[in-house]
Amino acid sequence: MSMTTILQHCLTGISLGGAYALIAIGYTLVYGILRLINFAHGDIFMMAGYFMIFALTSFPWPVAILITLVVTTVMGIGIERAAYKPLRSAPRMSIMISAIGVSYLLQNLSTYLFTAIPRGYPEIPFLKRIFQMGELSASFVTILTPILTIILVVILMILVNKTKTGMAMRAVSKDFETAKLMGININRVISVTFAIGSFLAGVGSILYFTDRMSVTPFSGTLPGLKCFVAAVFGGIGNIPGAVVGGFFIGIVETLLVALGYSTFSDAFTFFLLIVMLLVRPTGLFGEKTVEKV
Amino acid sequence: MKKLTVCLLVFLLASSVLFAAGGTEQKSGVKEVVIGVFEPLTGENGGGGYQEVLGMRYANKVYPTVKINGETYNVRLVEADNKSDKTEAVTAAQSLISSGASVILGSYGSGVSIAAGDIFLDNQVPAIGASCTNPQVTLGNDYYYRVCFLDPFQGTVMANYAWQDGAKKAAVITQLGDDYSSGLGNFFSRAFQELGGNVVSEQRFQTNTTDFKSILTNIKAASPDVIFAPSSIATAPLIIKQARELGINAKIMAGDTWENSSIIENAGISAEGVVLSTFFDDADPATAEAAKFIEGFKKYLVENKQPDIIPAVSALGYDAYITALKAIELANSTKGPAIRDALAKVDLEGVTGRIVFDTNGDANKDMAFIKVVENGQFKFLKTVSVM
Repeated sequence: MSMTTILQHCLTGISLGGAYALIAIGYTLVYGILRLINFAHGDIFMMAGYFMIFALTSFPWPVAILITLVVTTVMGIGIERAAYKPLRSAPRMSIMISAIGVSYLLQNLSTYLFTAIPRGYPEIPFLKRIFQMGELSASFVTILTPILTIILVVILMILVNKTKTGMAMRAVSKDFETAKLMGININRVISVTFAIGSFLAGVGSILYFTDRMSVTPFSGTLPGLKCFVAAVFGGIGNIPGAVVGGFFIGIVETLLVALGYSTFSDAFTFFLLIVMLLVRPTGLFGEKTVEKV
Repeated sequence: MKKLTVCLLVFLLASSVLFAAGGTEQKSGVKEVVIGVFEPLTGENGGGGYQEVLGMRYANKVYPTVKINGETYNVRLVEADNKSDKTEAVTAAQSLISSGASVILGSYGSGVSIAAGDIFLDNQVPAIGASCTNPQVTLGNDYYYRVCFLDPFQGTVMANYAWQDGAKKAAVITQLGDDYSSGLGNFFSRAFQELGGNVVSEQRFQTNTTDFKSILTNIKAASPDVIFAPSSIATAPLIIKQARELGINAKIMAGDTWENSSIIENAGISAEGVVLSTFFDDADPATAEAAKFIEGFKKYLVENKQPDIIPAVSALGYDAYITALKAIELANSTKGPAIRDALAKVDLEGVTGRIVFDTNGDANKDMAFIKVVENGQFKFLKTVSVM
């Protein structure tokens, strides 16, 4: 394998990893606050793809991107209100099952509305411009994805660590009940969390689908599961962990395919999940939880 | 009280199953025969499966009745979604059997057809495949017939085309665990090597893969003249676009599945020059039935909010249906074994040409249409027959 081929593979891997990282953050944030694995997250990501397709048919791309992000965010909050909030005092298992239900609902609803025939993802000209660097060839979005991911994560970290809302989020994730007693508006914090998660899934969706060009009602399933693994790998509930996990899975997966082991590329991801849960259930950066009595 | 409600609910749910099954019973004097449609409407092949089903529904609209022993029977289509999944296929097949189907049509996708083949065989219900091209579908199964050509033929046709086009080095991309894709890929490789060509790169990908860049980067390093990538409609535009994005200029070729306007829609300008083989060409109706079909079906497509380009699989779906009717008429019975015996004697002019079955249950088809994408349309290039 020549040097350019290797570099080309790395570029693909980092770009894929960036999109994974953005989705993984959504899982990690929601888990941190609600102790809920939001199985519908991958499908929110898929729906954002469809929103973009429809928005771009009637608006110029800057407006379309804005509409997509707003609608996706609102949908994330709406799902929380409709399917998770009424179950807040129910056992944790019920809310998780509700999440699985929402996931299937979104998949089948979009199959019904948009049919299973893949829809072409519209091209945003400046994102698709092809760059030639010597023998390397990549579209702008491939290079933009990891950079934008890092920028968004830095902003998110500042938001969580420096603002009042961020403080409330941290408080809720530490102790739900106490935070409530301290006068924190739990519902607002949870809504903000879902909003951020869905917003990032929306951004991830634009980057991911611009690079992959077609959306089906099942486009969100596998990326969703893989990003869940990425979140667990990094330590679920931990934002930098999710980012590292996303990049790691993206790169290793690409390299495995490049080496001709595409048979094992998906298996690897889920093998990683099992090994991680056995060896270090709290993930790479996860804190050790102390059982409180 | 609560317990009573639960009991009542359970009872209602259970009885709904009875009603569902009871629907197949004959109603008030009108005799009917049930034809099962075993097709994917969701999942990876949902798009193509739907087009095939449209062909069958249209055929049912054109020929809604069949005569058995001088009596007119209504034909009722019962559809079961096999979800492009081999496990779901078994369930769907069983549900069709239990709904009393006399003949079963389908499926799009060879893998699901192979998976369900044994069920049709065990229950002695004949099945007629429309576009499943893998040899394993009918091989060793006395109850599976099909109206299309086979992959060894199709692979040879494409290999010959590539060779005559001056290609010396080919790369093959196939989908893991997909009988259609890996089968056709193998037949192509074998035929191409026999002609003296060289297969420089064989790449495989997983179902639901959307990122083909790593595979394509490897292919680029091997610099082939042509890339043969038989795969589903969903993956086609991704492979085409990503290949062009990586600066690969080799000719991209594939099999019958790629003849679908959604590929051109999704791949846009990158799809120009893609070459594929298919069963049917609507610009050149081969039979009288075809001329009639083209006219009526275009209107039907518009009614169903589809682009008015006739997909080859719809034509095959139509053919499968009229073949089934012919067999029922010949058999003068709605019993599976009788219909199967009649199928062996069927000889009719379908939309995709004459349909006569060989001892294996495959239609004797020896002609493929090669089409190329030009100016955003599938343009007929030539017909190829291989003996």
